[in-house]
Amino acid sequence: MEMKSELLVKERQLVAPGDVLARGLEHLPGSGSYRKNTDIRSKLLGLVRLKDRIVGVVPLSGVYVPKPGDGIIATVSDMQSTFWILDINSPYDALLQLGEATAEYIDIAKTDISVYFDIGDVVYVKILNVSRSKNVTLTMNDYRAKKLIGGRLMKVTPSKVPRIIGKEGSMIELIKKYTGCHIVVGQNGIVWLKGSNEALAAKTVLMIEREAHIRGLTDRVTAMLKTEGTPEPEQAQAEEGGA
Amino acid sequence: MGKAGAPEKLIMHGKRLDSRKLDEFRPMEAAIGVIPQSRGSATFSFGDTHAIVGVQGPGPMHPKGLQEPTRTKLRCHYFMAPFATSERGRPGRSRRSTEISMVIGEALSNVIFLEEYPKTALDIFMEILQANASTRCAALNAASMALAEAGIPMKDLISSLSVGKADGQILLDVAGAEDNFGDVDMAVATVGGGDAFVLLQMDGVITLAEFRTMLDMAKHGCAVVHKKQKEALMKHYNSEEVSL
Amino acid sequence: MSNDYMKKLILAGTRADGRALDEFREVVVTKGVIKTAEGSAMVTIGKTKVIAGIKMDAATPYPDTPNEGNLVVDAEFVPFANPEFEAGPPSEHSIALARVVDRGIRECHAIDTEKLVIVPKELVWSVHIDVHTINDDGNLQDAASLAAIAALQDCKIPKYDVEKKQVVKEATAVVSSGKSLPLQDTPVEVTVHKIGNKLFVDPDVEEIEASDARVTIASTENGDLCAMQKGGNGSFTVDELVKAAEIAIEKGRELRERLE
Repeated sequence: MEMKSELLVKERQLVAPGDVLARGLEHLPGSGSYRKNTDIRSKLLGLVRLKDRIVGVVPLSGVYVPKPGDGIIATVSDMQSTFWILDINSPYDALLQLGEATAEYIDIAKTDISVYFDIGDVVYVKILNVSRSKNVTLTMNDYRAKKLIGGRLMKVTPSKVPRIIGKEGSMIELIKKYTGCHIVVGQNGIVWLKGSNEALAAKTVLMIEREAHIRGLTDRVTAMLKTEGTPEPEQAQAEEGGA
Repeated sequence: MGKAGAPEKLIMHGKRLDSRKLDEFRPMEAAIGVIPQSRGSATFSFGDTHAIVGVQGPGPMHPKGLQEPTRTKLRCHYFMAPFATSERGRPGRSRRSTEISMVIGEALSNVIFLEEYPKTALDIFMEILQANASTRCAALNAASMALAEAGIPMKDLISSLSVGKADGQILLDVAGAEDNFGDVDMAVATVGGGDAFVLLQMDGVITLAEFRTMLDMAKHGCAVVHKKQKEALMKHYNSEEVSL
Repeated sequence: MSNDYMKKLILAGTRADGRALDEFREVVVTKGVIKTAEGSAMVTIGKTKVIAGIKMDAATPYPDTPNEGNLVVDAEFVPFANPEFEAGPPSEHSIALARVVDRGIRECHAIDTEKLVIVPKELVWSVHIDVHTINDDGNLQDAASLAAIAALQDCKIPKYDVEKKQVVKEATAVVSSGKSLPLQDTPVEVTVHKIGNKLFVDPDVEEIEASDARVTIASTENGDLCAMQKGGNGSFTVDELVKAAEIAIEKGRELRERLE
């Protein structure tokens, strides 16, 4: 019997666990999907994402699972003499070694490393490595890495982060324009805001998270910001707040 | 036998005490997103039996010594609220609730990709708010939907129901008097409405032939439940085409 | 490592000790092993050993069965039986085992509980079966159920003093009335395991680790099914369940002969 290869879903189609996404061996499972015999099925309640022959599913909800290379916002929760332990909004804690936090030479016998980062400090940091048993290590060795001072933090569903950032940062720029807020978004679903109208910026982020899957979001967000915000002059496009 | 209070006949002219046909379900209701503080939540009802489920996690597993290095630890907690039955029940765990928690956990372990969250704990809290038979089935149906809402990766949904026998006839979705005074009660669950049974508990006396008939009726019934669960999941996010 | 090896054997239709997939190890039933119990039995299946003891006492009947005696079944996974057993309150496995043994006996009315009334609506006999594991080399469920039924067959009802409202004792020993329990069936439980698409019975402790799923099926003297419980994380198809029931009925007959 001829096995015909068939794609049964469209990009961004809502699917549930067990739904058959494609038949035949021409397509490959991706993140959020698996192969059962010659079918590719969804593992998640989420939206289909197609890329070449790969059929994956992006979840509408779920915890953050750390990946090497992700830029995230983390909070220092503990420290030892040569490293810090950070909360990364995941079931897994992460370690930042002294050597990955600064290029300076530190004499640990004479230095209390809390002068660099203390418990409660918030940082934008990159994930260096995730071992198979989910030991996560971080690094500040990235041009975006810095301490985030002041402002406020919000938690969103990690899979909604791309929508909050927008294509090439367009959504963040839009919010910045009408709220005067600097916004840093971590892949781990933590959002940092600081500026003149933090309340409106937060409200906008929540709206995007809630309605990320409904068409016409950008228009609705723009409409709301125009009504409730004040367009900032170009000076707001200065350095992002930070250390 | 003659238990105290038993009605004379449970089935008359092919209709049951609540006017259902032998292979007819009670009205089923299903919804998700009912507990905002849970990662995922759902309700499921068979007629007057109402179950509500909330999923917490995956989260850090304490004590660390009990962590499983390669997978999440699935912990199921099934309870019946004291006001769920006409006689007040005793709150807290019972031998029955412990056993039900275990068989529900075994059924769900068949489909959850436990290896995706090593060293964590995944807790499923199930409560029966109102009981009229098929309580573990309603709980399992809701748990399956709650896990989907929580973004937990699974091979498929699990669908559950009960079949029974009363006055010599085989019935779908046992309820009320059929549960108390009928001859047989069999709770089952299948994967995605198909042919893989992941839960099976039977009490009562049946022949081998009756067993096969009940299994076939159960299998087709689970497919109907599966459709209901899918509908509830899709409806929550609007089944119109969506965009991310 | 041992798991994969066991799986390979079973999938090839063989076992480490040379048994067939549908073959039990040696089953020995010894009744009357505990003098202080009203009924007792020890069952060994291979190296698995359990003891069931029955204590009877007068009690008030349950509200929905005012003219019937009571049955209670408990199981204890004593830690010396298996290094995995921990001391403390009953684990979910021991609770499930006891409840499944209970249902096998209760659902087919193996005990004619209407004949256990002392004073109608006020006082009835309570039959309390306790099963203790002595050595766990797999298949505790079937051994426990067989021991429970053997103990019921061995059991003698105590003498009861209705005026003093107590069981008659001489020194500290319970005095027997010489009468057996009113038994009307002999349910036997057989647990059928599955690896891949192969069904097998009576696993030892290593085979159990490799098993994907199991279903315990209780059958009566005339071949009807009276209780079932599926366990483990795997699944069964309809055909596999019907086949398992056939195996359970056939093996049940063989085990029943051991009770003689």
